[in-house]
Amino acid sequence: MSASASPSANVGIVIVSHSPDVARGTAEMVRQMVGDEVPLAFCGGNPDGGLGTSVEAILGAIDRAWSEKGVAILVDLGGAETNSEMAIEMQPEERAGRIVVCNAPIVEGAVIAATEASGGASLDIVRRTAEELSPA
Amino acid sequence: MAEQESTASVLLTHEVGLHARPSVKLTKLAKTYSSDIALATAEGGPWIDAKSIVRVMAAKAPQGTVLHFRASGPDADAALAALVSLVKRDFDEAGVHVSERSHAGD
Repeated sequence: MSASASPSANVGIVIVSHSPDVARGTAEMVRQMVGDEVPLAFCGGNPDGGLGTSVEAILGAIDRAWSEKGVAILVDLGGAETNSEMAIEMQPEERAGRIVVCNAPIVEGAVIAATEASGGASLDIVRRTAEELSPA
Repeated sequence: MAEQESTASVLLTHEVGLHARPSVKLTKLAKTYSSDIALATAEGGPWIDAKSIVRVMAAKAPQGTVLHFRASGPDADAALAALVSLVKRDFDEAGVHVSERSHAGD
């Protein structure tokens, strides 16, 4: 029962935080500010309910937000990034090169990436737009 | 192909200015047109890409700013009419930003 929702023409967004509340809240901001045109999934917390991230949960989120145009992942701290990279490495070959971790702040990056994605931008443009934030 | 450049300006009345949510709406609307669309907070510029969410947010235009638009391309006039209308409607946000306003007074 993977992504049977209508195949989206837009890049998907995945939010990975150590905190389930941060992940959910960030996703809520994206939904309210940007809308529903972008496939969106989030995960946060370790399997025991504490702070942390899990590769398993990230794999699930990638599946839920999957789009043929690719998926941009927004992360908060260290482990979120390394586990996301591990989840990317475990993807089937046909998804190779179509999932990226954005080097951007998680909340702002998610809203900006989703805004860009909602206009039909490519994965590369979505990532670069989110990353434009950082040096400023 | 006949390229037309059009301009328009509109007073930003939204009480918290061009903050995050209005910026997202403006950018998303601009992206639905194929014309190049630029935005400035003063008549002489600097002009920024109205389709760039990062640039539009960074402009931080406060309430009372006159927003200047210029567009060139096949749907330039329609794009400007839609953008001006969005700003005039306060981004369809009347009443939505109450909580943000209450924080602004801290």
